Amino acid sequence: MANSYDAMWEKLNLDLDAHSGLLEVLGKFYGDIHASQQGRLRGMEYLDFVLSEVHGLRIKELQEAKAAGRIVVGTFCVFVPEEIVLAAGGIQVGLCAGAEIGNEQAEKVLPRNTCALIKSFVGFKLARLCPYIESCDLIVGETTCDGKKKAYEIFSDYSPVHVMEIPQMKKASDRVLWKSEVLGFKNKVEEMTGKKITAQSLKDAIHLVNGRRLVLQRLNRLRAAVPVPISGRDALLINQISFYDDPVRFTAKIGELCDELAERVKAGEGVVPKGTRRLMLSGCPMAVPNWKLPYVIESSGAVIVGEESCIGTRNTRDLVKETGTTVEEMVEALVDRYMRIDCACFTPNTERLENVVDMARELKVDGVIHYGLSFCQPYAIEAFKVEKALGKAGISMLSIETDYSMEDVEQLKTRVEAFVEMTS
Amino acid sequence: MFDKDMVAGIDIGSRSIELVVLNSGGVVRREKLPTTFDPLGQCRKLVEGLEGVRVVATGYGRKLFAESFPGLNVSAITEIQAYALGVKFLHPEAGTVLDIGGQDTKVISLSGSGKVVKFEMNDRCAAGTGKFLEFMAVALQVPIETFGEFALRSERRVQISSMCAVFAESEATSLMARGERAENIAMGLHAAIISRTIAMLRRVGASPPLVFAGGVAHNPCAVRLLEEQLGQPVSVPENPDMVGAIGAALYGRNGSIQ
Ligand code: SF4
Ligand code: SF4
Repeated sequence: MANSYDAMWEKLNLDLDAHSGLLEVLGKFYGDIHASQQGRLRGMEYLDFVLSEVHGLRIKELQEAKAAGRIVVGTFCVFVPEEIVLAAGGIQVGLCAGAEIGNEQAEKVLPRNTCALIKSFVGFKLARLCPYIESCDLIVGETTCDGKKKAYEIFSDYSPVHVMEIPQMKKASDRVLWKSEVLGFKNKVEEMTGKKITAQSLKDAIHLVNGRRLVLQRLNRLRAAVPVPISGRDALLINQISFYDDPVRFTAKIGELCDELAERVKAGEGVVPKGTRRLMLSGCPMAVPNWKLPYVIESSGAVIVGEESCIGTRNTRDLVKETGTTVEEMVEALVDRYMRIDCACFTPNTERLENVVDMARELKVDGVIHYGLSFCQPYAIEAFKVEKALGKAGISMLSIETDYSMEDVEQLKTRVEAFVEMTS
Repeated sequence: MFDKDMVAGIDIGSRSIELVVLNSGGVVRREKLPTTFDPLGQCRKLVEGLEGVRVVATGYGRKLFAESFPGLNVSAITEIQAYALGVKFLHPEAGTVLDIGGQDTKVISLSGSGKVVKFEMNDRCAAGTGKFLEFMAVALQVPIETFGEFALRSERRVQISSMCAVFAESEATSLMARGERAENIAMGLHAAIISRTIAMLRRVGASPPLVFAGGVAHNPCAVRLLEEQLGQPVSVPENPDMVGAIGAALYGRNGSIQ
């Protein structure tokens, strides 16, 4: 990556040495796991480019936007309504937290048995490694799992943090709470940007974010074809990049990629040999550059055809109704849409079980791999229920618990291969 | 001796490597070597003279083996599949397979036709594996081969609460310092690993009959405790540590997982 960004990174107060170490790891990883694949789509060049410029060009764009008076809001959860930020003229980025490079720092302020995602975002902040975090005018936290909830308290010693209270159930009173949280967030953002959200700006924002969801839905429909036209790794990457790329450009580019994919499907071309097992992932989000398990799976005679996770269908399945004309009506529509998220932090969470089974059936998978980050209680406990629900539908599931370290790759391979053999 | 029906299975584990050669009549060769620091060298010794024979590799070293002997006709399957096939052949009635090996423990649940329906593996640390027993035998200065018999000479079972090899060792040492008989401690250590194994069996929903394979199945105390705690008889194949290699060879013969 060009040194021309050094000055920008320095201005963002990054630890330049550690940061170049991170970029090196990222580049190597990307080369091994993504760029080395056979028969990739031409459209993936855009993603290669975005990734190679992940800490460069996109950060530069953010700096330019900030110089022009826009604010940048960083999030760690798909509950934070991006439409609000966009409608107020801000930019929202989903921060990734998929590498363990800042762990040593994180473990100074967090217990060791904290989930890798939390350790990663705290570590990135403390080690001054992430230009996205450093570009943010506001970090939005949320009360989902206990680990995150408490970690934001620590985070707020280093960055301005606004915490949204996410209900834990889906009763009428929970909806009332959630609505007041959405309105509170709206006030907060309006206060920061000095711009009032109007019916027009909110309508546009809703349309924009829906558009991005729609293109990702299209991608998911296309990749479900037999033979599979795109690797799961590439599809995951597209979902990951959707969190920080410019939404207008991203939607257009992925639209083009989908056109190419549609031609492939029509021509009956696939990326994997016949007989490759079709598997689906379900569980915790996989943030950049956490490509470990997809890589293990796709080098074990299987291909991933769907991700039931927040970097996957949980983020794209539901749209916001676009029928509202007033700000009030549109806020209601937002509240409804976000209340439908079936995160394991909710109780009960039967929608998720239904969604997992439906998705596995629609995608005609040979099995499901449930992915839980070590020490993530909500997903670990729910895994048992998911397995039962899938079992009833005659679909086998393998439960994997792991983190970002590479120590267990060989053991994971054995498990995944045995599962692939089992579903053959 | 060369016959076109000949197939070989090789199980390359972290502690030992087993080779089984089958022809249409049954097992014609059965060999075992320690893995040592040079697993490929050990493999080379074992497969000498097998040029032209189909070899199926399993165990941790399966990939390395497949890559390192391009001259042989090699394919690879996982230990899970190999144990399932081997047990099904030796004990067609088996409902569940338990394999406690040198470095991991596996539980495999089989369907009526012998297909794998579910499996669990403990492969993260020594706790609950043969390695744990080896470690403890050294601590109590008993040869590992007779550690089971030694434990069976206990008069009571002391409680060992830690499953971590390091903590369990210090627990055992402090029990000895308090004058506890080594046999009783050995029994406590066996009981600790078996109760952990039982928990794994329950998770898989182990349906009987249970076939116990892998190196630790040689240990009579482990077998006794398993039967006691499960309340059902446990079958141990004649050469329990050869089951993976047999299963691999069978895969080679049938060419698929049937
Ligand atoms: S899994 Fe739950 S807490 Fe995590 S990003 Fe998704 S909705 Fe948020
Ligand atoms: S993976 Fe689990 S423990 Fe980690 S942040 Fe998400 S919900 Fe919390």
